[in-house]
Amino acid sequence: MSKISRRRFVEGTGAGLVATTVPLQGQTAKAAAAVPHTTVKLTVNGTVHRLDVEDRWTLAEVLRDHLGLTGSKIGCDRGECGACTVLLDGKNVYSCSQLAVWADGRTVQTVEGLAQNGKLDPLQEAFIEHDGPQCGFCTSGQLMSAKALLNHNPHPTTDEVRAGMTGNICRCGNYNHYVESVLAAAATLAADSRRKA
Amino acid sequence: MKSFANVNARDAKDAVAKLGQPNAVAVGGGSDLLGMVKEHLVEPDVLVHLKSIRKLDQVSAKAGEVQIGGLITLDTLSREPAIRSRYTVLAEAAESVGTPQIRNAGTLAGNVCQRPWCWYYRNGFPCFKAGGKQCFSITGENQFHAIFGGGPSFIVHPSDTAPALVALDAKFRVTNSDGERTIPAAEFFALPRVDAARENVLAQDEILTAVDLPAARPHTRSTYHKVLDREAWTHAVVSAAIVLEMDQQVCKSARIVLGGVAPIPWRLPKVEAMLAGKPITPELAAQAAEAALEGANPLAKNAYKVPLTKAVVRRTLLSLATKA
Ligand SMILES: Cc1cc2nc3c(=O)[nH]c(=O)nc-3n(C[C@H](O)[C@H](O)[C@H](O)COP(=O)(O)OP(=O)(O)OC[C@H]3O[C@@H](n4cnc5c(N)ncnc54)[C@H](O)[C@@H]3O)c2cc1C
Ligand code: FES
Ligand code: FES
Repeated sequence: MSKISRRRFVEGTGAGLVATTVPLQGQTAKAAAAVPHTTVKLTVNGTVHRLDVEDRWTLAEVLRDHLGLTGSKIGCDRGECGACTVLLDGKNVYSCSQLAVWADGRTVQTVEGLAQNGKLDPLQEAFIEHDGPQCGFCTSGQLMSAKALLNHNPHPTTDEVRAGMTGNICRCGNYNHYVESVLAAAATLAADSRRKA
Repeated sequence: MKSFANVNARDAKDAVAKLGQPNAVAVGGGSDLLGMVKEHLVEPDVLVHLKSIRKLDQVSAKAGEVQIGGLITLDTLSREPAIRSRYTVLAEAAESVGTPQIRNAGTLAGNVCQRPWCWYYRNGFPCFKAGGKQCFSITGENQFHAIFGGGPSFIVHPSDTAPALVALDAKFRVTNSDGERTIPAAEFFALPRVDAARENVLAQDEILTAVDLPAARPHTRSTYHKVLDREAWTHAVVSAAIVLEMDQQVCKSARIVLGGVAPIPWRLPKVEAMLAGKPITPELAAQAAEAALEGANPLAKNAYKVPLTKAVVRRTLLSLATKA
């Protein structure tokens, strides 16, 4: 700990978390006060939030550390692994690579917003049925990319599922099960809509 | 992350004015820039957010010419019917970038202006790109570095859309404090021997606002072929953007631009000239591939790019010319 410089210490949400637990003093308090912040309106899983965010906070940080939505994971924090994937206005993005201020006025869906009225999304059901997750760390991101894919392509081929999920790395290597799960969910949804028609 | 203020630009002029503040940088989708800030490779006090500019994310056609707003996302661009059908090389290049999440966030202008992904630069080595005085790849791990146009830096230009735009003879619209200037795509990119710290001719307070494509000529076909070290997710090891104007079996004119091999999109005027007016046979494609690699100057660990690039040129040319 002694090696951490003050600048690194006050970086990111570290400053916010410290502020709630330790009274800020002297230099650190001034530095934190000087950090530019903005009030934003985010609609997350159907609920409107007005939040005062530091301009540098990523959407992933705000979702996890300030709204308590820890379903989205931070793996790499560099837009490489996909664990933080959420839907922004219906499209899958890396929430670690979006600033929360850029999402002002926009709609966010996280993995917590998939189940409706206590009923799991067909994708979640299929992930359970087909053993999609192994350790589960990448799973919420996989679900959100699958959701985005089915939103604009309800009947994907195997190759389309693979292409749609290339932005989500699974270190357990459970890719084939994830692809099977998504295809199964698409089949369930198709059967459901036939039944309704 | 280091703290900074995010300011939303209202229009291109406003963005340029805001970029005049001390230590301000432009940001589109942020898929490249935020990573650089997190790594302390860029330490801005102000981010000028361009995506807040309205209407700069659209494709419009005027007298056959097509104008593409620089803030269009790569995903939207790759699905645009007018681009897919008449400027296929650009749609395919945009579609080949990274992952769906990158394409949903990343903009065309950001793709063209992204910084090099040389692992020395990205890992904090004080190289030319970081304002230093050496290129660590020359004696180091250079398997993904330049075989053409290198020195004093040996980065490769990372953009997939850049070779496509040069092959299409696009014009770049640049906004600055005096107004606007237009630069042919090929002249937008600059070799390290011109300025080793940068990849293009933009000044700090200039932004790329739009790209103009000339009217597509009849009987023109085009494609982008990208070779990766895996099936998806990353930058090109080698790529080829090819535009052919055909008259039955005969190639009237050709434009061939390589990615992944040089610090700028690498055009092959000599090869283009040898194809003009001839039917593209397997023999001619093989000769073109040989000519394409004349003057290549590989480093210790990237000589494999020479035969790889030859194969890419020969196969892509032949399959495009003979496509039904
Ligand atoms: C995992 C991963 C994989 C990737 N794979 C690829 C790939 O396969 N192919 C590829 O080409 N790229 C790839 N990229 C790089 C990059 O993310 C994309 O190219 C993306 O299109 C960049 O666009 P952006 O709008 O997000 O750029 P930003 O991050 O917003 O900006 C990139 C740079 O351009 C500058 N800039 C942005 N807009 C403008 C403008 N209008 N005028 C002037 N300067 C501007 C910024 O200051 C910054 O320096 C990858 C990135 C990641 C993280
Ligand atoms: S945590 Fe965002 S992509 Fe890895
Ligand atoms: S299930 Fe373990 S990383 Fe994917």
